[in-house]
Amino acid sequence: MSLDSMNPALVEKHFKVIGTRVARPDGVDKVTGRARYGADAAMPGQLVGLVLRSPHAHAQIVKIDISKAVKLAGVKAVITSADFPDHTQGDRGMMDILENCMARGKALYDGHAVAAVAAIDAATARKALKLINVTYKILPHVTDVDEALQIHAPVLHPHIYTEGLSEKPTAASNWNKHGEYGHGDVDAGFKEADMVISRSYKTEQTHQGYIEPHSALASVSPDGSAEMFVCTQGHFVYRNQCATLLGLDANKLRVTASEIGGGFGGKTHVWAEPLALALSRKANRPVKLTMSREEVFRCTGPTSSTSIDVKIGAKKDGTITAAWAELRYQGGCFPSNWAELGAMTAFACYDLKNVKTVSKDAVVNRPKTAAYRAPSAPMAAFAVENTIDEVAKAIGMDPIDFRIKNAAKQGTKSSYGPVYGPIGIGPTLEAAKNHPHMKAPLGKNMGRGMACGFWFNFGGQTCVDVNVTPDGNVTIAQGTIDVGGSRASIAMAVAEELGVTYNQVRSIIADTSSLGHNDMTDGSRGTFSTSKAAIFAARNAITVLRDRAAKIWEIPASEVEWRDGAAHAKGVNHGNRTPLSLKEIAAQAGQTGGPIAGHAETVADNAGVSFATHIADVETDPETGRSLIKRYTVIQDAGKAMHPSYVEGQYQGGAAQGIGWALNEEYVYGKDGRLQNAAFLDYRIPVCSDLPFIDTQILEIPNPNHPYGVRGVGETSIVPPLAAVSIAVTNATGVRQTHIPMSPPRVLKSLKTKKK
Amino acid sequence: MRYEMPTTAKAAAGLLAKEKGRAFVLAGGTDLLVKMKAGVVEPDLIVDIKAIKGMKDIKKSAGGFVIGAAVPCVALSENAALTKAWPGVVEAANLIGSKQVQGRCTMSGNLCNASPAADSVPALIAAGAKVSIISAKGSRKVAVEDVTTGVGRTSLKKGEFVTAIELPAKKPKSGDAYLRFIPRTEMDIAVVSCAVNVSLDAKGMITKARVVLGAVAITALLVKDAASAIVGTKLDDAAKAKLAAACSAACKPIDDKRGTVEFRTEVAGVLARRAAEIAYARAGGKQ
Repeated sequence: MSLDSMNPALVEKHFKVIGTRVARPDGVDKVTGRARYGADAAMPGQLVGLVLRSPHAHAQIVKIDISKAVKLAGVKAVITSADFPDHTQGDRGMMDILENCMARGKALYDGHAVAAVAAIDAATARKALKLINVTYKILPHVTDVDEALQIHAPVLHPHIYTEGLSEKPTAASNWNKHGEYGHGDVDAGFKEADMVISRSYKTEQTHQGYIEPHSALASVSPDGSAEMFVCTQGHFVYRNQCATLLGLDANKLRVTASEIGGGFGGKTHVWAEPLALALSRKANRPVKLTMSREEVFRCTGPTSSTSIDVKIGAKKDGTITAAWAELRYQGGCFPSNWAELGAMTAFACYDLKNVKTVSKDAVVNRPKTAAYRAPSAPMAAFAVENTIDEVAKAIGMDPIDFRIKNAAKQGTKSSYGPVYGPIGIGPTLEAAKNHPHMKAPLGKNMGRGMACGFWFNFGGQTCVDVNVTPDGNVTIAQGTIDVGGSRASIAMAVAEELGVTYNQVRSIIADTSSLGHNDMTDGSRGTFSTSKAAIFAARNAITVLRDRAAKIWEIPASEVEWRDGAAHAKGVNHGNRTPLSLKEIAAQAGQTGGPIAGHAETVADNAGVSFATHIADVETDPETGRSLIKRYTVIQDAGKAMHPSYVEGQYQGGAAQGIGWALNEEYVYGKDGRLQNAAFLDYRIPVCSDLPFIDTQILEIPNPNHPYGVRGVGETSIVPPLAAVSIAVTNATGVRQTHIPMSPPRVLKSLKTKKK
Repeated sequence: MRYEMPTTAKAAAGLLAKEKGRAFVLAGGTDLLVKMKAGVVEPDLIVDIKAIKGMKDIKKSAGGFVIGAAVPCVALSENAALTKAWPGVVEAANLIGSKQVQGRCTMSGNLCNASPAADSVPALIAAGAKVSIISAKGSRKVAVEDVTTGVGRTSLKKGEFVTAIELPAKKPKSGDAYLRFIPRTEMDIAVVSCAVNVSLDAKGMITKARVVLGAVAITALLVKDAASAIVGTKLDDAAKAKLAAACSAACKPIDDKRGTVEFRTEVAGVLARRAAEIAYARAGGKQ
């Protein structure tokens, strides 16, 4: 590969397909109902799987009596933790996953699986669940992160001793990890400041709210081979984890991914899949296990609730002299590092001389949390951006100018360590400042807020096959799940490289036995890493195509070049030959060496960090506390927008989810530690009429580590909304909003407290 | 479970009376089917009343409107005379659920489901509506406020079911309105709600009023003190403040996932004031 080919500034001028808005290959099937989602598969003789779940937040499982259930006609298998011998070989993280899938001795949250059945139909399975008798000894529970960190809190796990402290603690606790990031001397920095603001914030737990519930259809054969059709963001990762947990060989478990009705991080973790496999193994029949919506809320992986303290000092001229934060996140009932991620992202938008963040990760009696779109960053940004806004106002500076003055740039040492390459925070802020939205007049009871957000992005392991069909078209087998149109983007990249039209190229998601390992679609890596591998695979195919043309022409391959979808002979000796098209070379493949293909594998490092600035206009009713979003603008750096419509879709989707989180979404737990609102009626994601058209502006600051300059775009868009919307409500009401979501009762109470 | 679709009200009442197990009436099914799917109820008998003559009709007469028990809420808004006479009732009925749900759900079902948060019920009570109830022994009429007795409980006896809701004819210089509070803009359930119905004299003075609160007690509350607060006024600021205070005072709400006692009590007054302003304007009053 030449140096030029990795220089986006040189490559992007030549794009013919990249940057257009072609139709996605999965579109027609999705809008006509043909697309197969998780629950749409069927196998001959399949059984219905259902799970019995703990009604208690924290309880010892004294005894599970399944004797009556197994005797019920139509019941083919009943499983408990006894059916999952420990194959984890001391890997505590895998054991946590196993224990989360099926409680081992203790139920750690309301909804924790304690047993499962497979029966001939749903009615029989439901009856069987009622016949399982579990004897619990109820234990004291804790669901709040700050309470969990108190000395006298009930301790969930006797084996958790805080990791990351200079000395090992003397007692087990719920505080599983301590972390520190930053540089400089914050104490000295605060002394230099003319204005120092300290504030404390809270955010409640939210769920990704994907519309498709988890579903898996598993079939384990007596010979030890197995198949699974499942809705997932990473079928290779599910394959690997399920194989480990069940003691299967990875090569014998073939996992096929369904279409996915949303994941946003929540389908990066196995929940029901090992149960479906274990039930199938025991029943010797295929088993389909599909969660209800209530189960999705109670038993899958929402994101953390948090408690965050921030302190920022600045000079009157607008220079931030020091920034400090302590972030406390709960990861549910097993150890996590979500607070640490929050600490890393908290001040990433700014160029700071003195910065320090402290993270405290805690376990509580709630479901094991999973990633949720830029996991941990939205809560940190909410706390930091509100404090930034308050400091700016306190020194009499426009908050946008204050941010521009302190924005990170190329060469800045980031608050979490690395030195930035070319980045987009400054340009998004300048674009926001110049956006017509910033100048539009506001109506009665309205406020405007703006905020910034950051996400690392991730690359990871990827491999891609490109195959030329005998009729001269192209198929691609990719191993990363398509969550937002990546099959279209990957086909566009291959079409661009081969010099053919988009319609000549189709990409599918291959099953786990057809490709090497691929990491899951997370960290905004899907299009970034897969297109990188696909571009290299296409270039490898071009090498083959040039060889074949050379063979046909009986000239050296070095005298054949590939452009505009055809082989061209070059030089004084051969320059007059008629070019050979892809179609012509493909037609003769059988005579020139067999099928034409290209393969590439990569660990796509240096994904290219991503920044965004959002602007929100909110109207808040001062008598009811109800807030409505009246206008919303997203400005984000995409590196290079391969398919602008899908990039805009990511920007809008992230903003929509962030708005829901900011205003109404939250897990409500009762005093008994049980989840009160495990349904979409009372877990309020926005409906269509709650949202205005979300305007978008794509900036393109190329990522030097991708041939086309692409950065991941999927996650950053959820980072600023909590902050932007809360600052807007603060401006609308005159009362700083420090608790997310800003549900009407919470906002009305804050206004009344202010009046007093 | 048995499913029956009788063609006469008498036959339906007979089936309901004879059933020894749990019998349910099916009109729109937007509550019953959801409860069945959730495993909350397991009926032994379902009596579908949609094939009974007149159940899907809206009849207008000098005395008012007779709305069959199986009339879907969306059909109410398509009836121009009804919408003109009782805009508050029609609006309330068309806040239930989603557009799709409104195509199936009925006001009679909304009433008999006996949720404290039912949207159409406060508006019906404010309008002075009555229900016709039939059984194998005969029929009777009761005021809407006398149907619901608690959460999920009604005064209907075994073998009885509602065949129609009757709204009185609209009086000159009168108007009604219904407002509910939800955190979102639609597809939600009332956290607190209020219906107001007023009649004015020639000078714009309120001569009669009915004020009803929803979702702040185990049933909808007809608040007589709130009505007294505005009768004899032109809905001036002092009257509105008294109205709001009377409504807040009448609230007996609970703290739950949808709202706090404090919030419901406060917002009940706010909604009452706002609903009264709309009803007053609809009655032709000028502030």
